[in-house]
Amino acid sequence: MSGVHVSTTINGDPVEFACPQDETLINSLRDRVGLTGVKEGCGTGDCGACSVTLDGRLVCSCLVLSAEVNGKEIATVEGMVEDGKLHPLQQQFIEHAALQCGICTPGILVAAKVLLERNPNPSEEEIRYALAGNLCRCTGYDKIVRAVQAAGKEMRKKSR
Amino acid sequence: MGHDSTYTNQKFKVVGTRVNRPDGVDKVTGRAKYGADAYAPGQLVGLFLRSPHAHAKIKKIDVSKAEKLDGVKAIITSADLPDLTGDDRDLTDILENCMARGRALYDGHAVAAVAAIDMQTAKKALKLIKISYQKLPHVTDVDQAMEPGAPIIHDFVRDRKTGKPSNVCKISQFGHGDVEAGFAEADVIIEKTFKTEQTHQGYIEPHACLANISSDNTGELWVTTQGHFGFRSTCAELLGMDVAKLKVTSSEIGGGFGGKTHVWIEPIALALSRKANRPVKVVMSRDEVFRASGPTSATSIDVKIGAKKDGTITGATADLRYTNGAFPGFWAMLGSMISFACYDIKHVKSIGYDVIVNRPKVAAYRAPSAPMPAFAIESVMDLIAAELKMKPIELRIKNAAKEGTRASYGPTYGPIGIGPTLDAAKNHPHMRARLKKNQGRGVACGFWFNFGGQTCVDLNIGIDGSVNLIVGTVDVGGSRASLALIAAEELGIPYEQVRANVGDTASLGHNDMTDGSRGTFSSGMATIFAARNAITVLRERAAKTWDIPLESVIWKEGAARATGKGNSNRPPLSLKELAASAPNTGGPIAGHNEVVADNAGVSFASHICDVEVDPETGVTKVIRYTVIQDAGKAVHPDYVEGQLQGGAAQGIGWALNEEYVYGDDGCLQNPGFLDYRIPVCSDLPFIDTQILEIPNPDHPYGIRGVGETSIVPPLAAIGNAVSNAVGVRMNHTPMSPIRILKAIEDSKA
Ligand code: FES
Ligand code: FES
Repeated sequence: MSGVHVSTTINGDPVEFACPQDETLINSLRDRVGLTGVKEGCGTGDCGACSVTLDGRLVCSCLVLSAEVNGKEIATVEGMVEDGKLHPLQQQFIEHAALQCGICTPGILVAAKVLLERNPNPSEEEIRYALAGNLCRCTGYDKIVRAVQAAGKEMRKKSR
Repeated sequence: MGHDSTYTNQKFKVVGTRVNRPDGVDKVTGRAKYGADAYAPGQLVGLFLRSPHAHAKIKKIDVSKAEKLDGVKAIITSADLPDLTGDDRDLTDILENCMARGRALYDGHAVAAVAAIDMQTAKKALKLIKISYQKLPHVTDVDQAMEPGAPIIHDFVRDRKTGKPSNVCKISQFGHGDVEAGFAEADVIIEKTFKTEQTHQGYIEPHACLANISSDNTGELWVTTQGHFGFRSTCAELLGMDVAKLKVTSSEIGGGFGGKTHVWIEPIALALSRKANRPVKVVMSRDEVFRASGPTSATSIDVKIGAKKDGTITGATADLRYTNGAFPGFWAMLGSMISFACYDIKHVKSIGYDVIVNRPKVAAYRAPSAPMPAFAIESVMDLIAAELKMKPIELRIKNAAKEGTRASYGPTYGPIGIGPTLDAAKNHPHMRARLKKNQGRGVACGFWFNFGGQTCVDLNIGIDGSVNLIVGTVDVGGSRASLALIAAEELGIPYEQVRANVGDTASLGHNDMTDGSRGTFSSGMATIFAARNAITVLRERAAKTWDIPLESVIWKEGAARATGKGNSNRPPLSLKELAASAPNTGGPIAGHNEVVADNAGVSFASHICDVEVDPETGVTKVIRYTVIQDAGKAVHPDYVEGQLQGGAAQGIGWALNEEYVYGDDGCLQNPGFLDYRIPVCSDLPFIDTQILEIPNPDHPYGIRGVGETSIVPPLAAIGNAVSNAVGVRMNHTPMSPIRILKAIEDSKA
C-alpha cells in the first residue's frame, strides 16, 4: 500500500499524519487525528455531517482526499470553542434546543459559522439556503434556523 | 411496595420549564460519542458482503482465497452461525436476516462478513469471496405478491384457508357493529384506493458498533441503539451467551425513529470478534442503511366511508395491504387497529394483510403503520365533506371520538385530545389566512397508541447532595433533561443539582426499548417513584438525627421538616445536609424503582397545511404548517415542540419526495441521500406548534407519550392541500412532481 505524508494545520495546531493515498479527509480526521466530532452520514457529499473548512472554505470532508490538504488549514467543530467559551452559535443551539440527536449539529455549526462570517445578518431564506446541504432528520430545522438568527444577532451586538 | 400512578394535578415548579439539556455542551463541541466514535486497542474493521440479487439461491460460498489474504482475521458466513433459536420463529427470522442462510431474500441481504486489520484489506477480502447464486423469481410489490401464482418467498407461510404456500403471513380484523347496516343508513358513500410507497427513517447516523468478545465467551458491545437491553438479549440468544456476560453500552444515538430497535450488524460483529479474538468495529455505509436496515412498509389501501346528510358517519371499512419485507411481521395488523381511531363510528371494520415481499425486513418507523391509513381515510373524509358541502374540519369535529367512545380497535377511551385539537385547529389564525392562486389548504388528524412497559431507574444521592439519576431508556432527543426535571421536581431541588445518565446493561435492570413514545412517560414514572423512595430514606435519616418518629418528618421544598408538638422550632435538614451526614446515619442514600408502566395515554393531533403547487412543473412547496397535539403534561416544552416539528417534517418528506424505487430486477435504485431526498432546510417553512395539555389520568404528572403522533397526519394534510390546490384528488404518495402532473393530465382526459 503506497501512503502519503500529510502536514497540515488543524484548529490552529500543526498536525502530521501518514495515510493511504486514497484515504478521504473524514477518515484521517476521525481515525488518525481523533477528531470524531466530524460525523459521517453518507460518505457521498449529500448530508453535510462531515462539514469542515479548508482554508476557510466550507467542504464535505468525505469528498476531500487527505493527500490534498497538505499545507492547508482545516477547522472542525472541535475548534469552535475559544478561550474556554462556547461560540455564540454553540450557545444558541443549546438555548434554542436546536438539536435532538445532535449528529448533524457539528456540521451545521461549521456551516452556519461560515455563513455568519460572510453575511452577519442573513435573512431566514439565506439561512435556509446556506444550510440546505446539511441534513437534519430530527428537528424539521425550525429551531436550527432560529438559533442561527439568535447567534447572528448576538454576534452583531458584540462587534458593534 | 405498590405505587400510586394516579394523576394529582399538582402545581409544578421546574417541570414545564425550558432548561438546557445536560448533554448539550458535549453535542455542540463534538465531544459526544456516537456509535462510530468508540475505538479499542487492536480493533479490526468489519465489512459485509451483500446480495446483489432480489431473490437467489446461494449455491456455494468460497472464502478460501479471502481467508489467505494477509491481514484478514475472521470471515463469517451462515455456516459459522449455528441456529440456536429453537422454535422461536421470530428469532430465527432475525438470525436469517442478519446473515442469509441458503437463500438471499432481498437486494442487500448479508451473505458474508470479514474482519481485517484495516479498511483496505477488508475491502480486498470482500472481493476475494466467491459466491455462486442461482437467481429465483422475485416480487417487490404488495398487490402482486398477493396474486395467485406470485413467487413464494417462504414455504412455511401458508394460506389460512387452503393451506397452500402464500406470501400473506397474517390477516387481522378489528372493528365492531355491522358495516353493511351502516352503509345502508348512509346518504353518501365514497370508496377509493390509495397507495403509499416505502420510506426509510433516514436517521443521519448509520448503524455502528464496536464488539469485543473474549475467549471466555464474555463480552462488551458499544452500539447505537434505541434499546441496549433488548439488543443484549437478542445477541446473547443468537450467539449462545448468558445475558449477564454481555455488557451492552448505548452510545449517543444519531437518530433512530424506530429503525434502531432491531439488530442488523450487531450479532455478526460479535461473531467476528469471537472468531478473531479481537475487537471489531462495524459501521454501515449509507447504501447499506437503505438496502439492509429496516424501512417502513409500502401499502395499498381501500377505504369506504358512508355518512348521513348531516355528516354523521354511519359505516366505514378499510382493507389494508402492507409489505413486510422478506420476513413475517405485524405491520398491517397495527394499521388495521389504528385506521379509524380518531372517530366515533357505530359500524366499522378494518382488515389488515401482512405480505412478504423481496425487500428488506420492515422495522418500526415513528408511529409505525399509522401514517398510511391516515392518508387514505383522511382523504376520503375530505371527499365526503365535499359531497355534503360541509367544511372538512366540521365533518371531523362532528365525528370525533371522545371520552367514552369505543375505539375501533377495542378499548373505550378515557379523556382524549382529538376533539380539543380539532377545536383548536378550527380557531387557529392559520385557518383564516388567505390563500393565493395555486395554493391549497388541508387538514388532517392522527392517532398513536403510546406504549409503557418495563422500566427501572436508580437515583443516587452524592455526598455533596447532588443527584445522579441513572435511567435505562436511551435518550433519543432530550429525555435526560426531562427526567432530570422530574427528579428535581419530586425532590424539591434545582434542576442543576440533578445529572441524568443512561446506564449500561451491567449497571441497571432490564429496560424496554425507547420506542412507542415511552421514554419520558415510563422512565418519568419510575423516576418519580425512585425519588419518593429516596425521600422516605431521607426522612428516616432526619428522624434518626432528631430522634423523633418518622411520621413527624415531612419532606418539603428540598428539606426534611419536623412537624408536630415540640418540633416546630427545629431548623429543617436540607438534602445537602442529610447527604453530608449520611456516613453516620446509615450509609449512602439512594432511591430505586422497577415498574411496568401501564396506560401510556393515547395521543391525538390535528394538522393544518398550506401548499403551493406549480402547475407547470408539479413541484409542491409547503408554505405554512401548523401542528396541534395533545401532549399530556409537556415536561420540557422545547423538546415537545421539537418532536412535533420533526415528525411533521418527516411526514412532509414522505408525502412529497421520499420513496424506495425498485427496478424490474428487484434491486433498489436509489440507496443514497441524493436520490432518496429527505427534506432540506430550504424545503420547509417554520413549523408552528400548539401544545394542548390534557393530563393522562394514569401518570402522576399527567404525562403522555409525545414523539410519534406528529408523523401521522402530514401525508393526509398535504394530500388534501395538494388536491385542493390542483383540483384533483391525489391518492398515491409521494406526491412527486411527476405524479401530480400525471394526476392533472388524467383528470383532463
Ligand atoms: S458524510 Fe460527507 S456529506 Fe455526508
Ligand atoms: S438533531 Fe438529529 S439529525 Fe439533526
